[in-house]
Amino acid sequence: MATEAQGEESGGLVFHPMDQFKVEPLFGGDAIAWYTPTNVTLWMGITILAVVVLLILGSSKRAIVPSRGQSIAELAYGFIYKMVEDICGKDGVKYFPYIMTLFMFIVFANFLGLLPMAFTTTSHIAVTALLALAVFFAVTILGFVLNGPAFLGLFWVKEAPLALRPVLALIEVISYFVRPVSHSIRLAGNMMAGHAVIKVFAAFAAIAAISPLSIVAITAMYGLEVLVAFIQAYVFTILTCVYLKDALHPSH
Amino acid sequence: MEGDIVQMGAYIGAGLACMGMGGAAVGVGNVAGNYLSGALRNPSAAAGQTAMLFIGIAFAEALGIFSFLVALLLMFAV
Repeated sequence: MATEAQGEESGGLVFHPMDQFKVEPLFGGDAIAWYTPTNVTLWMGITILAVVVLLILGSSKRAIVPSRGQSIAELAYGFIYKMVEDICGKDGVKYFPYIMTLFMFIVFANFLGLLPMAFTTTSHIAVTALLALAVFFAVTILGFVLNGPAFLGLFWVKEAPLALRPVLALIEVISYFVRPVSHSIRLAGNMMAGHAVIKVFAAFAAIAAISPLSIVAITAMYGLEVLVAFIQAYVFTILTCVYLKDALHPSH
Repeated sequence: MEGDIVQMGAYIGAGLACMGMGGAAVGVGNVAGNYLSGALRNPSAAAGQTAMLFIGIAFAEALGIFSFLVALLLMFAV
Protein backbone atom coordinates (compact mmCIF):
# COMPACT_ATOMS: atom_id res chain seq x y z
CA MET A 1 0.00 0.00 0.00
CA ALA A 2 2.95 2.32 0.56
CA THR A 3 3.91 2.12 -3.09
CA GLU A 4 0.54 3.44 -4.19
CA ALA A 5 0.85 6.42 -1.90
CA GLN A 6 4.40 7.15 -3.04
CA GLY A 7 3.22 8.02 -6.53
CA GLU A 8 1.07 10.85 -5.27
CA GLU A 9 2.37 13.94 -3.49
CA SER A 10 2.92 12.87 0.11
CA GLY A 11 1.98 16.13 1.79
CA GLY A 12 5.49 17.62 1.68
CA LEU A 13 7.01 15.06 4.03
CA VAL A 14 10.53 13.85 3.26
CA PHE A 15 9.38 10.24 3.25
CA HIS A 16 6.07 8.52 3.56
CA PRO A 17 5.39 7.23 7.09
CA MET A 18 4.11 3.93 5.70
CA ASP A 19 7.32 3.17 3.77
CA GLN A 20 8.77 1.32 6.73
CA PHE A 21 6.17 -1.43 6.39
CA LYS A 22 7.16 -2.34 2.84
CA VAL A 23 7.92 -6.01 2.33
CA GLU A 24 11.07 -6.30 0.22
CA PRO A 25 13.04 -9.29 -1.02
CA LEU A 26 16.36 -9.62 0.77
CA PHE A 27 18.49 -10.40 -2.26
CA GLY A 28 17.29 -7.89 -4.84
CA GLY A 29 14.63 -8.36 -7.46
CA ASP A 30 11.00 -7.26 -7.27
CA ALA A 31 8.96 -10.42 -7.58
CA ILE A 32 7.87 -11.92 -4.27
CA ALA A 33 6.85 -15.57 -4.41
CA TRP A 34 5.91 -17.61 -1.38
CA TYR A 35 9.48 -18.91 -1.01
CA THR A 36 11.28 -15.56 -1.48
CA PRO A 37 13.25 -14.57 1.63
CA THR A 38 12.08 -11.07 2.52
CA ASN A 39 12.78 -8.71 5.39
CA VAL A 40 9.76 -10.27 7.14
CA THR A 41 11.47 -13.66 6.95
CA LEU A 42 14.69 -12.18 8.29
CA TRP A 43 13.10 -10.45 11.26
CA MET A 44 10.87 -13.40 12.12
CA GLY A 45 13.98 -15.56 12.08
CA ILE A 46 15.78 -13.12 14.37
CA THR A 47 12.75 -13.09 16.67
CA ILE A 48 12.63 -16.86 16.94
CA LEU A 49 16.39 -17.03 17.41
CA ALA A 50 16.22 -14.43 20.20
CA VAL A 51 13.47 -16.33 22.01
CA VAL A 52 15.31 -19.63 21.69
CA VAL A 53 18.62 -18.13 22.83
CA LEU A 54 17.03 -16.40 25.83
CA LEU A 55 15.08 -19.41 27.01
CA ILE A 56 17.76 -22.04 26.36
CA LEU A 57 20.62 -20.02 27.81
CA GLY A 58 18.37 -18.83 30.61
CA SER A 59 17.33 -22.30 31.67
CA SER A 60 20.56 -24.21 30.99
CA LYS A 61 22.57 -23.19 34.08
CA ARG A 62 19.81 -23.37 36.67
CA ALA A 63 21.89 -21.44 39.19
CA ILE A 64 20.59 -20.83 42.71
CA VAL A 65 21.52 -17.19 42.33
CA PRO A 66 20.17 -16.46 38.84
CA SER A 67 22.07 -14.48 36.25
CA ARG A 68 20.29 -11.69 34.39
CA GLY A 69 19.28 -13.96 31.52
CA GLN A 70 17.98 -16.62 33.85
CA SER A 71 15.97 -14.07 35.85
CA ILE A 72 14.29 -12.77 32.71
CA ALA A 73 13.51 -16.26 31.43
CA GLU A 74 12.11 -17.34 34.80
CA LEU A 75 10.18 -14.11 35.19
CA ALA A 76 8.53 -14.56 31.77
CA TYR A 77 7.74 -18.21 32.50
CA GLY A 78 6.23 -17.45 35.89
CA PHE A 79 4.28 -14.49 34.56
CA ILE A 80 2.59 -16.43 31.78
CA TYR A 81 2.10 -19.55 33.92
CA LYS A 82 0.27 -17.52 36.54
CA MET A 83 -1.85 -15.83 33.88
CA VAL A 84 -2.94 -19.15 32.37
CA GLU A 85 -3.64 -20.62 35.80
CA ASP A 86 -5.62 -17.59 36.97
CA ILE A 87 -7.81 -17.29 33.89
CA CYS A 88 -8.21 -20.85 32.54
CA GLY A 89 -7.97 -22.68 35.83
CA LYS A 90 -5.94 -25.80 36.60
CA ASP A 91 -7.08 -27.73 33.53
CA GLY A 92 -5.90 -24.90 31.27
CA VAL A 93 -2.28 -25.42 32.30
CA LYS A 94 -2.05 -28.22 29.70
CA TYR A 95 -2.15 -25.57 26.99
CA PHE A 96 0.47 -23.39 28.66
CA PRO A 97 3.29 -24.18 26.14
CA TYR A 98 1.27 -22.81 23.23
CA ILE A 99 0.36 -19.61 25.08
CA MET A 100 3.95 -19.15 26.27
CA THR A 101 5.17 -19.55 22.66
CA LEU A 102 2.64 -16.99 21.45
CA PHE A 103 3.62 -14.48 24.13
CA MET A 104 7.36 -14.84 23.64
CA PHE A 105 7.08 -14.58 19.86
CA ILE A 106 4.88 -11.49 19.94
CA VAL A 107 6.76 -9.68 22.67
CA PHE A 108 10.10 -10.27 20.94
CA ALA A 109 8.73 -9.30 17.53
CA ASN A 110 7.36 -6.08 19.04
CA PHE A 111 10.55 -5.20 20.91
CA LEU A 112 12.89 -6.07 18.04
CA GLY A 113 10.72 -3.98 15.75
CA LEU A 114 11.50 -0.97 17.92
CA LEU A 115 15.21 -1.13 17.06
CA PRO A 116 16.21 1.51 14.52
CA MET A 117 16.17 0.18 10.94
CA ALA A 118 14.34 -2.93 12.11
CA PHE A 119 11.20 -4.32 10.54
CA THR A 120 8.16 -4.90 12.74
CA THR A 121 6.72 -8.21 11.64
CA THR A 122 3.69 -7.86 13.91
CA SER A 123 2.67 -4.63 12.18
CA HIS A 124 1.47 -6.72 9.23
CA ILE A 125 -2.06 -7.96 9.34
CA ALA A 126 -0.99 -11.13 7.50
CA VAL A 127 1.24 -12.14 10.41
CA THR A 128 -1.18 -11.31 13.22
CA ALA A 129 -4.14 -12.74 11.32
CA LEU A 130 -2.35 -16.06 11.12
CA LEU A 131 -1.66 -15.99 14.86
CA ALA A 132 -5.26 -15.02 15.66
CA LEU A 133 -6.79 -17.56 13.26
CA ALA A 134 -4.63 -20.27 14.76
CA VAL A 135 -6.01 -19.37 18.19
CA PHE A 136 -9.57 -19.17 16.81
CA PHE A 137 -9.48 -22.57 15.12
CA ALA A 138 -7.64 -24.19 18.01
CA VAL A 139 -10.18 -22.89 20.50
CA THR A 140 -13.20 -23.82 18.37
CA ILE A 141 -11.96 -27.34 17.63
CA LEU A 142 -10.91 -27.82 21.25
CA GLY A 143 -14.30 -26.64 22.44
CA PHE A 144 -16.14 -29.17 20.30
CA VAL A 145 -13.73 -31.98 21.09
CA LEU A 146 -13.90 -31.45 24.85
CA ASN A 147 -17.58 -30.56 25.23
CA GLY A 148 -19.24 -32.00 22.14
CA PRO A 149 -22.47 -30.21 21.15
CA ALA A 150 -22.58 -28.68 24.65
CA PHE A 151 -20.04 -26.15 23.38
CA LEU A 152 -22.92 -24.42 21.60
CA GLY A 153 -24.23 -23.57 25.08
CA LEU A 154 -21.71 -20.74 24.90
CA PHE A 155 -24.16 -18.94 22.61
CA TRP A 156 -27.30 -19.80 24.58
CA VAL A 157 -27.23 -17.58 27.66
CA LYS A 158 -29.19 -19.45 30.33
CA GLU A 159 -29.23 -16.56 32.80
CA ALA A 160 -31.23 -14.36 30.42
CA PRO A 161 -35.05 -14.42 30.09
CA LEU A 162 -36.29 -16.89 27.47
CA ALA A 163 -37.65 -14.22 25.12
CA LEU A 164 -34.29 -12.50 25.01
CA ARG A 165 -32.18 -15.59 24.38
CA PRO A 166 -32.47 -15.82 20.55
CA VAL A 167 -31.41 -12.18 20.24
CA LEU A 168 -28.52 -12.73 22.61
CA ALA A 169 -27.57 -15.90 20.74
CA LEU A 170 -27.34 -13.93 17.50
CA ILE A 171 -25.17 -11.29 19.15
CA GLU A 172 -22.99 -13.96 20.76
CA VAL A 173 -22.50 -15.74 17.43
CA ILE A 174 -21.52 -12.50 15.70
CA SER A 175 -19.16 -11.55 18.49
CA TYR A 176 -17.64 -15.03 18.40
CA PHE A 177 -16.79 -14.71 14.72
CA VAL A 178 -15.51 -11.15 15.05
CA ARG A 179 -13.01 -12.37 17.64
CA PRO A 180 -10.18 -13.31 15.25
CA VAL A 181 -10.69 -10.04 13.39
CA SER A 182 -10.40 -7.82 16.45
CA HIS A 183 -7.75 -10.08 17.96
CA SER A 184 -5.45 -9.65 14.97
CA ILE A 185 -6.25 -6.06 14.06
CA ARG A 186 -5.67 -4.87 17.62
CA LEU A 187 -2.06 -6.01 17.58
CA ALA A 188 -1.29 -5.03 14.00
CA GLY A 189 -3.10 -1.70 14.26
CA ASN A 190 -1.37 -0.69 17.47
CA MET A 191 2.06 -1.58 16.13
CA MET A 192 1.48 0.06 12.77
CA ALA A 193 -0.06 3.23 14.20
CA GLY A 194 2.69 3.72 16.77
CA HIS A 195 5.50 3.23 14.29
CA ALA A 196 3.78 5.48 11.74
CA VAL A 197 3.46 8.25 14.36
CA ILE A 198 7.19 8.00 15.13
CA LYS A 199 7.97 8.24 11.40
CA VAL A 200 5.69 11.26 10.99
CA PHE A 201 7.57 13.07 13.74
CA ALA A 202 10.86 11.93 12.18
CA ALA A 203 9.80 13.57 8.93
CA PHE A 204 8.91 16.77 10.82
CA ALA A 205 12.45 16.78 12.25
CA ALA A 206 13.73 17.79 8.82
CA ILE A 207 11.92 21.14 9.14
CA ALA A 208 14.34 23.39 11.04
CA ALA A 209 11.74 25.42 12.97
CA ILE A 210 10.10 22.46 14.69
CA SER A 211 12.96 19.96 14.72
CA PRO A 212 13.79 20.25 18.48
CA LEU A 213 10.13 19.77 19.34
CA SER A 214 9.75 16.80 17.06
CA ILE A 215 12.90 15.14 18.43
CA VAL A 216 11.44 15.42 21.93
CA ALA A 217 8.18 14.04 20.58
CA ILE A 218 10.00 11.07 18.98
CA THR A 219 11.67 10.28 22.31
CA ALA A 220 8.37 10.48 24.16
CA MET A 221 6.55 8.39 21.56
CA TYR A 222 9.34 5.83 21.62
CA GLY A 223 8.95 5.47 25.38
CA LEU A 224 5.22 5.00 24.92
CA GLU A 225 5.83 2.46 22.16
CA VAL A 226 8.07 0.35 24.41
CA LEU A 227 5.17 0.22 26.85
CA VAL A 228 2.63 -0.49 24.09
CA ALA A 229 4.81 -3.25 22.64
CA PHE A 230 4.67 -5.12 25.94
CA ILE A 231 1.03 -4.35 26.71
CA GLN A 232 -0.18 -5.51 23.31
CA ALA A 233 1.69 -8.79 23.62
CA TYR A 234 0.17 -9.16 27.09
CA VAL A 235 -3.31 -8.34 25.81
CA PHE A 236 -3.01 -10.79 22.92
CA THR A 237 -1.95 -13.52 25.32
CA ILE A 238 -4.59 -12.74 27.93
CA LEU A 239 -7.35 -12.74 25.30
CA THR A 240 -6.06 -16.11 24.09
CA CYS A 241 -6.46 -17.32 27.67
CA VAL A 242 -9.99 -15.89 27.86
CA TYR A 243 -11.00 -17.61 24.60
CA LEU A 244 -9.42 -20.82 25.82
CA LYS A 245 -11.42 -20.56 29.04
CA ASP A 246 -14.60 -20.40 26.93
CA ALA A 247 -13.62 -23.63 25.23
CA LEU A 248 -12.81 -25.36 28.52
CA HIS A 249 -15.85 -24.15 30.46
CA PRO A 250 -18.51 -23.03 27.95
CA SER A 251 -21.35 -22.93 30.49
CA HIS A 252 -20.03 -20.04 32.60
CA MET B 1 -5.19 20.06 -6.93
CA GLU B 2 -6.36 17.43 -9.35
CA GLY B 3 -8.06 14.13 -8.74
CA ASP B 4 -11.60 12.89 -8.92
CA ILE B 5 -14.48 13.35 -6.56
CA VAL B 6 -14.34 9.72 -5.41
CA GLN B 7 -10.85 10.23 -4.08
CA MET B 8 -11.94 13.43 -2.36
CA GLY B 9 -14.79 11.56 -0.70
CA ALA B 10 -12.40 8.80 0.37
CA TYR B 11 -10.03 11.30 1.98
CA ILE B 12 -12.85 13.11 3.76
CA GLY B 13 -14.16 9.76 4.95
CA ALA B 14 -10.72 8.80 6.21
CA GLY B 15 -10.60 12.03 8.18
CA LEU B 16 -14.08 11.44 9.58
CA ALA B 17 -13.04 7.93 10.62
CA CYS B 18 -10.58 9.57 13.01
CA MET B 19 -13.57 10.59 15.12
CA GLY B 20 -13.76 6.94 16.17
CA MET B 21 -10.61 7.64 18.13
CA GLY B 22 -12.65 9.86 20.43
CA GLY B 23 -15.05 7.03 21.16
CA ALA B 24 -12.19 4.67 21.96
CA ALA B 25 -10.65 7.35 24.18
CA VAL B 26 -13.88 7.72 26.15
CA GLY B 27 -14.17 3.95 26.51
CA VAL B 28 -10.59 3.37 27.61
CA GLY B 29 -10.71 6.33 29.98
CA ASN B 30 -13.93 5.05 31.48
CA VAL B 31 -12.47 1.59 32.08
CA ALA B 32 -9.22 2.88 33.55
CA GLY B 33 -10.91 5.55 35.65
CA ASN B 34 -13.42 3.15 37.12
CA TYR B 35 -10.64 0.68 37.84
CA LEU B 36 -8.69 3.37 39.66
CA SER B 37 -11.66 4.54 41.70
CA GLY B 38 -12.43 0.96 42.64
CA ALA B 39 -8.78 0.27 43.43
CA LEU B 40 -8.55 3.29 45.72
CA ARG B 41 -11.62 2.19 47.64
CA ASN B 42 -10.32 -1.34 48.10
CA PRO B 43 -6.58 -1.46 47.39
CA SER B 44 -6.22 -5.06 48.53
CA ALA B 45 -8.48 -6.28 45.71
CA ALA B 46 -6.79 -4.17 43.05
CA ALA B 47 -3.91 -6.51 42.21
CA GLY B 48 -6.22 -9.37 41.32
CA GLN B 49 -8.19 -7.29 38.85
CA THR B 50 -5.40 -5.91 36.65
CA ALA B 51 -6.04 -8.71 34.15
CA MET B 52 -9.67 -7.64 33.92
CA LEU B 53 -8.50 -4.04 33.48
CA PHE B 54 -6.42 -4.97 30.47
CA ILE B 55 -9.15 -7.13 28.97
CA GLY B 56 -11.60 -4.24 29.33
CA ILE B 57 -9.14 -1.80 27.82
CA ALA B 58 -8.47 -4.19 24.95
CA PHE B 59 -12.15 -4.56 24.12
CA ALA B 60 -12.76 -0.81 24.30
CA GLU B 61 -9.71 -0.10 22.22
CA ALA B 62 -10.57 -2.63 19.51
CA LEU B 63 -13.40 -0.42 18.27
CA GLY B 64 -11.04 2.53 17.96
CA ILE B 65 -8.71 0.30 15.98
CA PHE B 66 -11.62 -0.58 13.69
CA SER B 67 -12.04 3.09 12.82
CA PHE B 68 -8.32 3.23 12.07
CA LEU B 69 -8.83 0.26 9.80
CA VAL B 70 -11.68 2.03 8.00
CA ALA B 71 -9.42 5.04 7.48
CA LEU B 72 -6.67 2.82 6.08
CA LEU B 73 -9.11 1.04 3.75
CA LEU B 74 -10.39 4.37 2.46
CA MET B 75 -6.87 5.69 1.93
CA PHE B 76 -5.33 2.67 0.25
CA ALA B 77 -7.91 0.10 -0.75
CA VAL B 78 -10.97 1.96 -2.12
